[in-house]
Amino acid sequence: MNDTICAISTAVGVGAISIVRVSGDEAISIVNKICDKDLTKKASHTINYGHIVDGNEVIDEVMISIMKAPKTFTREDIVEINCHGGISSTNKILELLLNNGARLAEPGEFTKRAFLNGRIDLLEAESVMDMIDAKTENARKLAMNGIEGKISNLIHEIVDRLYDINSNIEVNIDYPEYEDIEVMTEGQIQDVSKFIDEKLKKLLIESENGKIIKEGINTLILGRPNVGKSSILNKLINEDKAIVTDIAGTTRDIVEGQIRVGGVLLNIIDTAGIRETEDVVEKIGVEKSLNLIKDANLIILVLNNNEPLTDEDKKLLEITKDKKRIIVVNKIDLDTKLDTTGLEDVVKVSATKDIDILKDKISDLYNLEELNNKELTYLSNSRQISLVKKAISINNHLMESFNSGIPIDILEIDIKEICETLNEIIGESYDDKLIDRLFANFCLGK
Amino acid sequence: MAYEVIVVGGGHAGCEAAFASANKGHKTLLVTGSIDKIAMMPCNPHIGGSAKGIVVREIDALGGMMGKVADKTLLQMKMLNFSKGPAVRSLRAQADKVAYPKLMQEELKKHENIDIIEDLVEDLIIEDNKITGVKLSNGDIYDAKAVILTTGTYMKANILVGSERTVSGPAGTRPSLFLSDNLEKLGFKILRLKTGTPPRIQRDTIDFSKTKMEPGDDKYYTFSFDDKPYYKLDEQEPCYLTYTTAETHKIIMDNLDKSSMYGAIEEKLGVGPRYCPSIEDKVVRFKDKERHQLFLEPESKYFDDIYVQGFSTSMPHDVQEKMVHSLPGLENAKILRYAYAIEYDAIDPRDLYPSLETKIIENLYTAGQINGTSGYEEAACQGLMAGINASLKIEGKEPLILARDEAYIGVLIDDLVTKGVRDPYRLLTSRAEYRLLLRSDNADLRLRRHGYEVGLIDKKRYNKLVKKEENINKIIEELQELTIKADKKMSLYEYVKRVENSIFDIEDKLTNKYDYLELEQAEIIIKYDGYIKKARKEAEKMHKLENKKIPENINYDDVPNLASEARIKLKEVRPLSLGQALRISGVNPSDVSILSVYMKRYFNDNR
Repeated sequence: MNDTICAISTAVGVGAISIVRVSGDEAISIVNKICDKDLTKKASHTINYGHIVDGNEVIDEVMISIMKAPKTFTREDIVEINCHGGISSTNKILELLLNNGARLAEPGEFTKRAFLNGRIDLLEAESVMDMIDAKTENARKLAMNGIEGKISNLIHEIVDRLYDINSNIEVNIDYPEYEDIEVMTEGQIQDVSKFIDEKLKKLLIESENGKIIKEGINTLILGRPNVGKSSILNKLINEDKAIVTDIAGTTRDIVEGQIRVGGVLLNIIDTAGIRETEDVVEKIGVEKSLNLIKDANLIILVLNNNEPLTDEDKKLLEITKDKKRIIVVNKIDLDTKLDTTGLEDVVKVSATKDIDILKDKISDLYNLEELNNKELTYLSNSRQISLVKKAISINNHLMESFNSGIPIDILEIDIKEICETLNEIIGESYDDKLIDRLFANFCLGK
Repeated sequence: MAYEVIVVGGGHAGCEAAFASANKGHKTLLVTGSIDKIAMMPCNPHIGGSAKGIVVREIDALGGMMGKVADKTLLQMKMLNFSKGPAVRSLRAQADKVAYPKLMQEELKKHENIDIIEDLVEDLIIEDNKITGVKLSNGDIYDAKAVILTTGTYMKANILVGSERTVSGPAGTRPSLFLSDNLEKLGFKILRLKTGTPPRIQRDTIDFSKTKMEPGDDKYYTFSFDDKPYYKLDEQEPCYLTYTTAETHKIIMDNLDKSSMYGAIEEKLGVGPRYCPSIEDKVVRFKDKERHQLFLEPESKYFDDIYVQGFSTSMPHDVQEKMVHSLPGLENAKILRYAYAIEYDAIDPRDLYPSLETKIIENLYTAGQINGTSGYEEAACQGLMAGINASLKIEGKEPLILARDEAYIGVLIDDLVTKGVRDPYRLLTSRAEYRLLLRSDNADLRLRRHGYEVGLIDKKRYNKLVKKEENINKIIEELQELTIKADKKMSLYEYVKRVENSIFDIEDKLTNKYDYLELEQAEIIIKYDGYIKKARKEAEKMHKLENKKIPENINYDDVPNLASEARIKLKEVRPLSLGQALRISGVNPSDVSILSVYMKRYFNDNR
């Protein structure tokens, strides 16, 4: 018997509705104990109106979805209680479930069960995790693609070709005197190696984009005092009310807020620096500024149309010259005193009016148009990306060995290892620890 | 009469089993249907071949017989895949079908611990699920502490030719009619398998000028690590290559319905080997192929048969005549013996432990074709392991189980007991995931120590191994210390590591003198060091899983969430470790994770 687990599956906090999910053999009977309706006779995949009760006390008016195994996310019986949002009532319901025999789910445990019960493969499990984290439409699309197995298909395509090569090599070994069988040549191995290199490198580059879509572009708005940095920031913020929250994880230290521009997320670095009216570089020190610049994926460098280029402007232009940057000339509603010759493509705006042209520029810079329309096929987490990198490095080893004259049947060992590495991305080879580590990284609920 | 070990069957498995047990000092009885057919080669005239040749060396390293007898009786020797890497090289001998069995029989007869009886075993004597002896067809009962069944293709054997089915063993021998029924009564699952053999042609009726000659290698080799070559390079018998023709294919297609395999026999037939299809199969399945290769191979110095490799068929005799006469060089050939297919009973090898002891009856072992394999070498190595393990069992010792990174023998037995068989199992290099470790050249380094520990390798031969190991290490040390000026100054070690250089170029720079094989071994170790390390790392991962033992009393019905196919397979195989569980087809990594989680809990509960 698998014990029954429960958790609040929606984000904790204020929302119109919260969902408490229960999964396991006793999911229905446990919820039945705290409901005023008899749920045990309800058909599968129905949603039912009722109340959650604690003895005689009505806790909440709810809708209860009943989904019986095996056609559920975890392949176990699942009950989802849609209750009114707010911490207190949701927590009360959770508490009642715990008192009636359910156990609080460990982080990622619903997804873990889905994986263990063969409902989803490893890649899909990771996609589910990404979906929960998906903050923009593009990221959601990316997560959906993983779930539908597009990445799996791509990996399978590569792996299939490798299996073909290896089985041919094997046949050559086992039937050395049979001329009916095509003999695998060095040239073919070289072709395949090139094929792998191209496919994987392309996947890696696209995945970097995928990462940007998912995690956002670390953006630093830079400029000397009074050029209009805060107006630009405020204007961007005004375009999108649902923003500027703390985000968790490794970027917490540097990212202070997030803004959605078009379909992409901008992580604004150092908003304090923007709002200060003093000289950024002087104030926080050159070294720290250089670090901020280094951490940024994108620099928005703001200049004042109403003043000539100063030494300070020149210094900022110099230290950002190797970065991906957009030079914004602000205050174009005032007299032009700035000479922009010698500067690359600049964006001229008046931040007090509108900055659509800046937003378009950002979209162009990241091919957002293309990304929005394209079928997105990216690896979007670091475990997957590091496995692809590993496969590329084994492939490099394969090429080196090939060039130094190692025989084909030994080169095959590298090809097999590439297969296994790629298989690991789609969870088709076994590694005890991997699974533990993977599911420990999952957020609570699903 | 009472023996310690009784071996039932005198084929390649039976011979090795009897020698192993007898050499370990146990009084052994060999029961065979026909003494003069002991160690007979009813099909192809080779010993060795890809992967199989490595097995022959492994048998020798462990103290078995096959390699030694083959070395003394071979007609031709080749190192297959010599141009490829060292990991896939493998010896193949054309064996003499008269001399090989004759020598093996002599060795058996003169062994003080071996008695031979000519009869068939009809039933097993069992008390409390433990074997205590066998009953012969003449009614005699012989007691034994352990029994090894190596029945080959004899259990309920049927010879198939065209639409005719004859109850008979190979080459007109007596089949065993009752044993498999009795095994089934005991609870063994019985499989029906099939294999075939091509026609034999009279040598002087073939025009070899129309064929291509395939001579032996011009370098001496032996299977055994203790032998010097017994043959002369220039006296090796050649083989010949010819091809099927459009006419052959037409004859086959026109007469397809007369083949036993294509409807001439109506009842359901046993499953034939995928890796050794009949010529009918090849022509039907590869329609676009204009011709198929056929090798004409001598069977013995002492008689005139030529074996037509690649031409096995179950067509009736008159069609076989036409088919043979359509081959270049064989227009006027005289067929001495016609091709036939043979059907026989085997057990499901998943009923065995990796020691080859059956799970159903204690102290009963099985080896060879009865376990669903095909091939002399596959049979011999199982016979050897069954002989060793039956002996160890009655000595009260732990069995010798070879790991998958230790020997092809380990791969073969693990595959059998874990995956079972669908069609007759043949060893292939691709079945070995660590084949860079399982080379022909290092079989002694891998296995001699085991042979010594179980008592089949004597002290003298063991000391020779230790000396060899020391010398290999010394060579490597010397190479690291000495330098050479090639395109730049480098150690000899670095020099040898380069693929284009050979250790034999700089052999004279070494302080000490070393044996050819020692130098060769050092060179392989140096050249493929990176890959060898990689393989070892992989193997270690496997061992970790292998060490996670599944409790014997586990009830798979209690393990929640297993996929139903996995549950069925796990119940059938009852794997001993998570590593073995993972290799069962139909058991996925996620099932193994579930099992692993369940086991953690199981052990915690019992702590």
